[in-house]
Amino acid sequence: MRRLLRSPKIVVGLCLSVVFGLLAIIGPLLAPYSPNTSVSTTNGTPLPPSAAHLLGTTQVQQDVLSQLLVGGRSTILVSLVAGLAATVLAVLFGVTAGYFGSWADDGLSMLANIFLVLPALPLLIVIFGFMGKGTNPNDVVIGVIIAITGWAFGARQLRAQTLSMRARDFVDSAKVIGEKSWRIMTFEILPNLIPVVATAFLFTVIYGVGTYTALSFLGVISTSHWSWGTMLYWAQSAQAAQQVHLEWWWFVPPGLAVGLFGTGLALLNFGIDEFVNPRLRGGGTSGISGRRARRAGLPRRPQLGLTPVLDPARRAS
Amino acid sequence: MRMMSRRITLYILTAIVAITVNFFIPRLMPGNPALAVLGRVQAQESKQAIAALELQYGVQTKTGLWGQYMQYWSHLLHGNLGTSLNSYPASVGSLIRDALPWTIGLVGVATVISFVLGTLLGVAAAWRRGTWLDGLLPAMAFFQAAPYFFVAILAVALFSTKLGWFPPNSGYDTTTVNPGFNGPFLSSVLDHAMLPAVTIVLASIAGWIIGMRNMMITTMDEDYVLLGAAKGLPSHRVVSYAARNALLPSVAGFSLAIGFIVSGALLTEIVFSYPGVGYLLFTAIGSDDYPLLQGIFLIITLAVLLANLAADFVYAFLDPRTRQEA
Repeated sequence: MRRLLRSPKIVVGLCLSVVFGLLAIIGPLLAPYSPNTSVSTTNGTPLPPSAAHLLGTTQVQQDVLSQLLVGGRSTILVSLVAGLAATVLAVLFGVTAGYFGSWADDGLSMLANIFLVLPALPLLIVIFGFMGKGTNPNDVVIGVIIAITGWAFGARQLRAQTLSMRARDFVDSAKVIGEKSWRIMTFEILPNLIPVVATAFLFTVIYGVGTYTALSFLGVISTSHWSWGTMLYWAQSAQAAQQVHLEWWWFVPPGLAVGLFGTGLALLNFGIDEFVNPRLRGGGTSGISGRRARRAGLPRRPQLGLTPVLDPARRAS
Repeated sequence: MRMMSRRITLYILTAIVAITVNFFIPRLMPGNPALAVLGRVQAQESKQAIAALELQYGVQTKTGLWGQYMQYWSHLLHGNLGTSLNSYPASVGSLIRDALPWTIGLVGVATVISFVLGTLLGVAAAWRRGTWLDGLLPAMAFFQAAPYFFVAILAVALFSTKLGWFPPNSGYDTTTVNPGFNGPFLSSVLDHAMLPAVTIVLASIAGWIIGMRNMMITTMDEDYVLLGAAKGLPSHRVVSYAARNALLPSVAGFSLAIGFIVSGALLTEIVFSYPGVGYLLFTAIGSDDYPLLQGIFLIITLAVLLANLAADFVYAFLDPRTRQEA
C-alpha cells in the first residue's frame, strides 16, 4: 500500500477522485440557490462571475455554481453505478468463460465481441429515446442501462487472465481437494485478478461519465434533470461559445469537471498499470531519484529494455 | 484464413443482433411507447404518415410478431428504412444518404491523421522515456477523459469566436458558393472541416499515443532489439524494427476504438452544426423522429462493422501469422 502511494499518479488520481466523491455527497447541500430558480430579473444575457454568483449565471439567470454542485451528484452517481454494474457483469462473464473454456467460452466470448463492436452511443440513444424524456429519470436505472453496453471490455481482459490462471498448480490442487467450481473461481482465482478488476472498474466509470454526459448533452435524457451534460446542453443551445462576449463561465466549469473527474480515474488506472508492470514508468517516477542514479553511475534515462534498479541491500546502506 | 472467417461471422452476427434489437426496442419498452409516439404525432401528421408508423411499429395490424419481424427484414433488404416523421414525406434512407458523405469524409480523414500522428508520438515517447515527453501523459489523460464535444466547444470559443481563424458552423459557406465540383466550394468545405477535424484528432489521439508507448516499451525488451543495438545499427533503424512489431496491437485495437471515435465525431458535428449524420441525429432526437433515429443507428452500426472489417484486412496483411493455415 505504501508503495502504491509513492506514485505521484496514484496520489493525484486519488485526491481528484476523493474530491469529486465528496462533491457528489455534499455538493447539493452547499448549493446556494436552486438550480432552476431565476436569481435576477435581468433576463436574456448571462451575467459574468461576481461575488454574488461565483460562476456567473445562465441566460435565464440560473446560478451556474448551484447547477454545477447539484448536477455533480447525478453525474457521479450514474457513472459509479455504471462502473459497478459493468464490473459485476465483466467478472461474471469473463471469469466463467476463462475458467470453463470450450463451448461456454466460445459463447460468452462471442457475446462480448458483439458488444465490443456494436457502437454503444447510438444504441443507447435509441433505447433512451423510446423510454421517453418526459418522465423524471432514475439515476440508478440510467447507470445500469449504460453498464449493459460497457461490460465487454473488462470481460475480455478478465477472461484472458483467468485463462492463464487456470493452468496454475494452486487451481489444480484446489480441484483435487474437491472444491466446487464457483468456490475456486471466487476464492482462488478472483483474489489474484484484483488489479485487473480495479482497472476494469475505473475504465467503465470513465466510460460511464463520458456516455452519461454525452446522452444528456444530446437531450435524450430529460433536459430538466440536472447533470453536467445537461448544463452543456443548455449552454450549447444558447450558443454560449459563439457569442461575441464569450460566455465561458457557462460551459467551461461543467466540461472541466467531467474532464478532471475522468483524468483522476485515468491517472489511478495508469498508476495501477505501472504498479503491475514497472517498466511502463517514466524515468522520473521509477523510484530512483536523479541524484541517487548519478551517484550509482546509472544512466538517467532507461535505455532499450534496461530499467535501472538499485540493489536493495546497497540502497539500505 | 480461419481468423478472417471468424471475424466475418462475428460481424454478420453483430449486424443481425443490431437489427433485431432495433426491431424489438419499440415493442418491448414498458407502456408501449409506439402507442405514445402515435398519440403524440396523431395531431400533426397526415394520414399516410400515421399509417406508415403503424406498419413500422406493429400497431393495429393483424400480423403476428414473427410476421412483423419478417416484414421488417424484407423492408430492410429492399433498402427501405421507413419514412421520416419530421421531414415527411422524405424517406429516412434519402436523409441519411445526403448526410453520410460529410461524416465519412470528416471522420475518415481525422481518424487516419490521429492514428498516424499518435503512433509516431507514441514511438517517440517510448524511445525518449524519462524526458519531457513523459509529461505529456497526464495532459493526454485529460483530453481522453474530456468529452469530444467539450473539446469542440473550446475549439469554437478559441479559434473561431476569439481569433476568428475558422468558421464556427456548417459544412460550407451556403451563401456564396454553389455545391459541386468547383474550386470555391472545395476550399470552403476544407475551411469548414478544419476545426471539427482538429477537434476529433485532439480528442482521439491520446489512446493511440498511450497504447503505442506501452507496447513499444514491452517490445524494446525483446532480444532482437538489443541485438540490433549491440550490432551498432543506427538508432533510427533499431526504432523502426521495434516499432513495426509494436504496431500490431494498435491495429488490432483499432476495432475497439472506431466505435468510440465515431460516437465522438457525431457529437462534434452537433457543436459545429456540421451537416453530417451526427447533426441529423440531433435533430431527430429534438423532434422525436423515431424512424430516423433507428435508421441512423442501423447505418452507423453497419459503417462501424465495415471499418472493422477493413482494419482486419490490414491486420492480416501486416501480420503473416494470421494468414497461416492452421
